[in-house]
Amino acid sequence: MADGNPKKADLAKSIETESLFLGGIKPDKEWTELPVEFKPGNFNYPTKPDIIEKLGFPNPRKWTPLDEDWKLPENWKEIILQALKDRLEKNRALKLFMDTCVRCGACADKCHFFLGSGDPKNMPVIRAELLRSVYRGEFTRAGKILGKMVGGRKLTKEVIKEWFMYFYQCTECRRCSVFCPYGIDTAEITMLGRELLHLLGVNINWILEPVVNCDRTGNHLGIEPHTFKQVVESLVDDVKEITGVKVNPTFNRKGAEILFITPSGDVFADPGIYTMMGYMLLFEHIGLDYTISTYSSEGGNFGSFTTPEMMKKLNAKMYMEAERLGVKWILGGECGHMWRVVHQYMNTMNGPADFLEVPVSPITGTPFSNAKSTKMVHIAEFTADLLKNEKLKFDARRNNHIRTTFHDSCNPARAMGLLEEPRYILKRVVNNFHEMPENTIREKTFCCGSGSGLNTGEYMETRMRGGFARANAVQHVHDKHDVNTLTTICAIDRVTLKAAMDYWVPDVQVAGLHELVGNALIMEGESERTEDLREDELEDFEQGEGKDE
Amino acid sequence: MSWKTLSREKEKMNDLFKIVIGLVLFFGLFSIPFWAGSSSGGNGPEIVVKEGTEACVESKEFMRPNHMHLLDQWRDSVVRDNDRVYTNASGKHFEKSLTKTCLNCHSNKEEFCDRCHDYMGVKPYCWSCHLSSEEQI
Amino acid sequence: MKILSPLILLIILILIAWVGTALAGLETLFGLVIPYVALILFIAGFLYRIYYWSRSPVPFRIPTTCGQAKSLDWIKRDRFESPSNLFETLIRMAMEILLFRSLFRNTKAELKPGPNLHYGSNKWLWLGGMVFHWTFLVIILRHYRFFLEPIPFVISLTEKIDSFFQVALPILYLSDILILAALTFLILRRIFGGPVRYMSLFQDYFPLYLISGIVLSGMMMRYLTKTDIIKVKQLSQSLIHFDFTVPSGIGAIFYIHLFLVCVLVSYFPYSKLMHMGGIFFSPTRNLANNSREKRHINPWNPDVKIRTYHDYEEDFRDKMIASGIPLDKD
Repeated sequence: MADGNPKKADLAKSIETESLFLGGIKPDKEWTELPVEFKPGNFNYPTKPDIIEKLGFPNPRKWTPLDEDWKLPENWKEIILQALKDRLEKNRALKLFMDTCVRCGACADKCHFFLGSGDPKNMPVIRAELLRSVYRGEFTRAGKILGKMVGGRKLTKEVIKEWFMYFYQCTECRRCSVFCPYGIDTAEITMLGRELLHLLGVNINWILEPVVNCDRTGNHLGIEPHTFKQVVESLVDDVKEITGVKVNPTFNRKGAEILFITPSGDVFADPGIYTMMGYMLLFEHIGLDYTISTYSSEGGNFGSFTTPEMMKKLNAKMYMEAERLGVKWILGGECGHMWRVVHQYMNTMNGPADFLEVPVSPITGTPFSNAKSTKMVHIAEFTADLLKNEKLKFDARRNNHIRTTFHDSCNPARAMGLLEEPRYILKRVVNNFHEMPENTIREKTFCCGSGSGLNTGEYMETRMRGGFARANAVQHVHDKHDVNTLTTICAIDRVTLKAAMDYWVPDVQVAGLHELVGNALIMEGESERTEDLREDELEDFEQGEGKDE
Repeated sequence: MSWKTLSREKEKMNDLFKIVIGLVLFFGLFSIPFWAGSSSGGNGPEIVVKEGTEACVESKEFMRPNHMHLLDQWRDSVVRDNDRVYTNASGKHFEKSLTKTCLNCHSNKEEFCDRCHDYMGVKPYCWSCHLSSEEQI
Repeated sequence: MKILSPLILLIILILIAWVGTALAGLETLFGLVIPYVALILFIAGFLYRIYYWSRSPVPFRIPTTCGQAKSLDWIKRDRFESPSNLFETLIRMAMEILLFRSLFRNTKAELKPGPNLHYGSNKWLWLGGMVFHWTFLVIILRHYRFFLEPIPFVISLTEKIDSFFQVALPILYLSDILILAALTFLILRRIFGGPVRYMSLFQDYFPLYLISGIVLSGMMMRYLTKTDIIKVKQLSQSLIHFDFTVPSGIGAIFYIHLFLVCVLVSYFPYSKLMHMGGIFFSPTRNLANNSREKRHINPWNPDVKIRTYHDYEEDFRDKMIASGIPLDKD
């Protein structure tokens, strides 16, 4: 962790003593009066001018949130109000979310950033009020006349600063929307808020640079095709070393049955790479006819944290590549926001995918009718079906050194309803599985605290506050059941939760679901397995007499 | 029209259809009084009192909203305190008795009591013990 | 300020009605003109608000899934928390609207030393909300006896059930007691409930006070200062049949009650009270979670310039050849 970040004990103390709000003690000022103070650790670095230029976004310039003057365009106010008006007419959800909130308070203590900071502006209702107050003050008659009295306010530069702070302290995790009696979804508000800020050139580099990269090279990290292939092949070597089996991924191969797309984090980032090894072992095990594309080498979509146009632009490559390669359907790896985009947006934006076929598992013959229009299947659905049909040879005891719990990633849980498939797989391939407390899993799962493009090094304090609720639940199962592994199906989780665990619960490692599948698979022609995919020693047990298939 | 615009239109109509159904249901139910029910209600009920009788124990304006309380008090004081004499605002005395005093003039339950009670949907439980004069005959 | 000013407004409203009828004798104004104006404001405002919402499209299918989606046949799905078709969605909506399903999930987070987070069950708001809304409905239904002649069976039945306990005379309605209790709870939790007080605005207190004023004035008429309800029904009948006559001598307390109702009705469509209509429109609840099964249409699906494979290959041709990645154009 970089210098200047608070120590765990200090941050813990700060959470314990400063989050008085949870106990009902309110700040001495109304939230509209609370100052917005930027300091190192509570903001992400702004976008570099050349990145903004490459995107064709407005107002490229050098600035930092610490500056008094953010160098907004001259007609900044007009731009925002016009854009807000425009977005309201384009999206019914926004109008409703502006109009129907009754401030019942059910959402207040549901946000992980609120729980970790006690900052009242992190209560979802107030995060929405940041925008709603302007909507009232600038658009509604009562708000224009009565102003502050009815919670209306004028748009000022101070408000823009506040938006920048708090729309980047929301990870679009949708937990609040589960509890809202009107289904108000703060993720929608945040998405809109960020969209508006882009028009003023107020945005963060960590989101926009990956967008530029992804457009050019096909993945967020900007890895060019030859390097991409090289890196995957180095993982192939690692797999060979550990298992004695050579897996055979192909790249941009026309005529393959299935196009496999996973977040580039699985290819490049520890511990995602072990999950990538797991996928390749699985595909080898069942003899899947698949290919990986370098052109569409990113499952994730930082465009979805930017604008609907950018989301569409990056996502379009999946279908374009599937059509070019002539595959039958697409299989998607473990990722959170990727699956929000694939499940809820892709077909609408870039469909219909008439050139693909309704996905059918070539191994079991099971048709995936729930994906019959989008024609993209989640790997957990695919593998659960393989296991159910007893198509895999594996020995769960190879995971006996792993005592795991499962972290539902926000988007698969609350935007897909993918809850049972990963649990089914996990329970089959691991012998020690313990759920975290009921109110912290499934649709009530807590965010890792760094989703939606906030996983930067400079943002550690805020991230660790945001990740506290998740970590605290892990701590609970770690203390109670000696859990040492947090399994998840999201590439961002694998990076961000690793940081959160290192910080809050250092004895717990983070793994991908298919890493554990890969550990357990009994491959044809394998050498005796003494290590798992991380090259950690396996626990002793009698090989060859697997209790499972 | 292209396939794309067609399905857009269909989606839009489908959406509009649901909204209109909802509005019709809501306003339909809420406006029932305007289109159901008879139009004669505005005149109020007509009540019949036996001819050639004296004034009531209290004024009409008092009796209309308060008769139930008066009867309730009468019952309590007769049954509990054996107090059978009521003195009205102008000092006149009456016997506290539904059948002997009230029904003397308001002899026809159907044409007097029931008219208003039905009009307002009130179902007093006087008659679960007391008999109306017609029933006595 | 936010807590007291709506109360002052309520008192002013009461005084207006009292002065207007008891002192100035403007019974036609308060008995005829204002109710009609309120009704027009309600209908026009309500329709406009629905039009305002519905003219914006729903570009994306964004249900919040609160349970297992439809997936492989053998995976038990949660039909009504993650509905996959219209019927299941209707049930989900019905549970939301009639039973406040989402509010029932409510938990209360507590920070204990450690720091440790605990999440307890917290159903008070759900209970208070349910009692308030349902008794409000019962009370509205009961009032149909003033508007319908003859009185239909359902309305008398509602009243009969509501007066189940046969306490006092006229019989005390259960709904009167319950709504007072619920209103008290809802007001007190705003005033004393830490975060809720912090987020509350003028317009969060005002409707609660206003409805309390309506309930109390109504109860006063029934249980304390008596009102000639025959005349009240004559007035309401005259209103719905456009007879334009106002029976004299109904009494100021009734006009206060009626005036507050008129204020509520006209305020309704222009305020947060439109959550009543809004709940039906919520895209995170009223859409089926079937977006991979059935294509959802976005009418403004933007045209964007996409970097094609062709351009990509042109840029990286040499590197791709060197690493043996197949090309479209050799």
